[in-house]
Amino acid sequence: MNAVPLIEARDVTRILPGVVPTTLVRGINLTIGANEFVAITGASGSGKSSLLYLLGLLDLPTAGELLIRGRATAHMDEAERAMTRLSLIGFVFQFHFLLPEFTVLDNVMLPMRALGRLSNEAMRKRAQDLLGALGLGDHMNKTPDQLSGGQRQRVAVARALGNEPPIILADEPTGSLDSKASEQVFEVLRDLVAKHGKTVVAVTHDLGLAERMDRRIELVDGQIVADEPQRHAPLAAV
Amino acid sequence: MNLIADIAWTHVRARVRQTGFAVAGVATGVGFSIMMAALMQGSQDDFTQRLVNTLPHITISDELRRPPPQPAENFYAAAEIHGLTPEARRPGIKNPLATMAALEAWLPGGIAPSVKVQAIIRYANHDVSTTVTGIDPRREARVSELPKQMRGATLTALYRATNAIVIGDRLSEKIGARIGANITLQTSEGANVTAQVVGFFHTGVRQQDESTAFVLTKTGQILAQQTGLINELRVRLADPMRSREVAARIENDTGYKSVSWQEAYEDLLSTFIIRNIIMYAVVGAILLVASFGTFNIISTITHEKARDIAIMKSLGLTEFTVRSIFVLEALIIGLAGALAGFALGYLLCRILGAIRITNPFLDSDHLPLAYTYVHYLMAGAVALASSVVAGYQPARKAARGNPVEIIRGAT
Repeated sequence: MNAVPLIEARDVTRILPGVVPTTLVRGINLTIGANEFVAITGASGSGKSSLLYLLGLLDLPTAGELLIRGRATAHMDEAERAMTRLSLIGFVFQFHFLLPEFTVLDNVMLPMRALGRLSNEAMRKRAQDLLGALGLGDHMNKTPDQLSGGQRQRVAVARALGNEPPIILADEPTGSLDSKASEQVFEVLRDLVAKHGKTVVAVTHDLGLAERMDRRIELVDGQIVADEPQRHAPLAAV
Repeated sequence: MNLIADIAWTHVRARVRQTGFAVAGVATGVGFSIMMAALMQGSQDDFTQRLVNTLPHITISDELRRPPPQPAENFYAAAEIHGLTPEARRPGIKNPLATMAALEAWLPGGIAPSVKVQAIIRYANHDVSTTVTGIDPRREARVSELPKQMRGATLTALYRATNAIVIGDRLSEKIGARIGANITLQTSEGANVTAQVVGFFHTGVRQQDESTAFVLTKTGQILAQQTGLINELRVRLADPMRSREVAARIENDTGYKSVSWQEAYEDLLSTFIIRNIIMYAVVGAILLVASFGTFNIISTITHEKARDIAIMKSLGLTEFTVRSIFVLEALIIGLAGALAGFALGYLLCRILGAIRITNPFLDSDHLPLAYTYVHYLMAGAVALASSVVAGYQPARKAARGNPVEIIRGAT
C-alpha cells in the first residue's frame, strides 16, 4: 500500500511581518491522505483560511515544512508551485471568482488550457462532462452573471476539477449561499470524495456541515486543538 | 486561440471605450509622426535634390589643398622655412584632356572641362559680380542639369553669337537684360568682353540664379586671358551619394583639389543633422505622450482585474503568464494604434500634399513630402515599443501581487 500522504505539514508556522508581527498559524502538524473529507473549523480569525492557503501553496510558511505527495515545497520556485497547484490542487472559494467576460464553459476550461495536456476537443469534452455531471449542462454558454449563486459555485467546483487534481481545497464553499444551494454544493463535494476518490479539505464555520465530514480539525489562535474523525460512517465507505 | 491571447483579447474587447481612447492616442502619435517625418524628409530631399541638380557632383579645380613644399623641405627633414611666398603656379589643370581620359576610365559618371572666371557684368548702370563659367554645351548634359534648366532658348544658343552668354533669370531681372542684350564682362585682370545674352536659366537656387553665367569655353579663356586654359573639371555621378568617396579618390589620383557637393555645402548639410535631431525629439515626445494613454489603460485594467489575477494565480497560472497577458494587451493597443496611425499619417500627408501654396522662394506650389515605408516602420516600431514599456510596469506589478491578500480582501 502506498503510504505517502497527499499533504503533510511539519511544524508549520506562518507569521506576517510588520511592526507588530501577526501569527496566523503556529506549529501545525497534520497529515491528510487520499480520499479524505476534512473540515477545518474554528472561530473567526483562528487561522482556518491561512492554513488552507498554506496547504494550497498560495502562501509560504515562515517556518516548518510542507510536503505535497511527499515532495518538500520549501525550495520550489514560483513556477513550480504554480505547476503543482495546476496539476494537483483545485481551489473553491467562498465567492465563485469566475472570470466575468468568459462563458461558463471557458471558465471551466481555463485550468486545462493553462496546463495544456489535452487537445482542445478533449478539454471541451471534459468541461462539458463536468458541467453536465454538476447539473449545468444547459448553462455552458452563459456568462457567470446569468447564473444563480449556487450555480456559479458549482461552476467553480467544475473548474477546480478541470485537471483532475487529487486534492480539492475549499474555503467556506457554502458561505455565501442560501441553505438549499449550500446543501447542493455540499452534496457535490461529498460525491467527489465518495464517488471520485478525491480528497476534499474544506474550511467552514458551519458546524452542522463539519459534523457531516469524515474528519474535523479545529483551530484556536492558529493552533490545532482537535483533530479527530467524526462519529458517522466514513463517506469513503458509503 | 492561445490562452494568453484569448484573455488579453477578451479584456481589451470588453472595454471598447477605454481601449478606443488608448488606440486613438497611439494612432494620433503615429499619424502625426509620419506626417512630420514626411514633411521634414520631403523638404530635406527637395533641397538636397536641388543642390545635387544645380551643382556638379564633384568639382576638380586647379588648386591644391596645401601649398607645395619648398624644395629644401623635400630634402632635409630638419628644414623649416618661414616667410617665403609659395612658388607661383601657372593657373589651370595640366594636360586636362589626358587627366579627363584617365578619370573617364574608371569614373562611374560623366566629366566635362570648364573655365571659371570671376567677372563684373556691366549693363544699364548695373555692376554685378558674377561667376562666369566657360563650358562646352555638347558635354554639359553629362555633368549638369543646365540644358533642362534653360528658359527661352536651348544651351546650343551659345553657338549663335561670337561671344554669347546665358545668365540666371534672377540676374537678368536684376540688371534688366533681355535676350539679345549686349552686356559687358570685365575681370580684375583688365579683360573686357562684350557678350550677347542668348538665354536664361533657372536652377531654383537663388545664389546660382542671380550670380552665375555661362559662356563657351573659348570665351571663358579670353576672359581669363589664357589660351587653352581649363581650370575646372566637373563630374556628375550616377549615384550622387558616392560623391565624397569618388572625390577623395580623384584628389588622390590627380593631386588637384576635388570637392564633392557634400563638402561644398557641408555647413548646410550639417544643419540637417540638427533638424533631424529636432524632428526625432518631437516625434519621440508625441509617441511618449501617446504611450501614457497605454500605461493608463493597462494600469486601469490590472487594477480592475486584481481579483481575476489573484484567482488565475490560485488556479496555477504563473507570474510570467499573467504578466504576458497584460503586456500582450498593451501590444494589441499599440498595434491597433500603429495601424490606425498609418492610415491617419497617410491621410494627413495626402491632405498636406493637396494644399496649394504660393511662395516666391519655392518652385513648386505644393509642399514637398516624402512617402517612404521607413517612416511608417519607425513610427510603428516606436509605438509598439513604447506600448510594451508602458504596459510592462503595471503588468509586472499585477503579476507579482500576493493572491492571498486580494482573495481575503474580496471575501
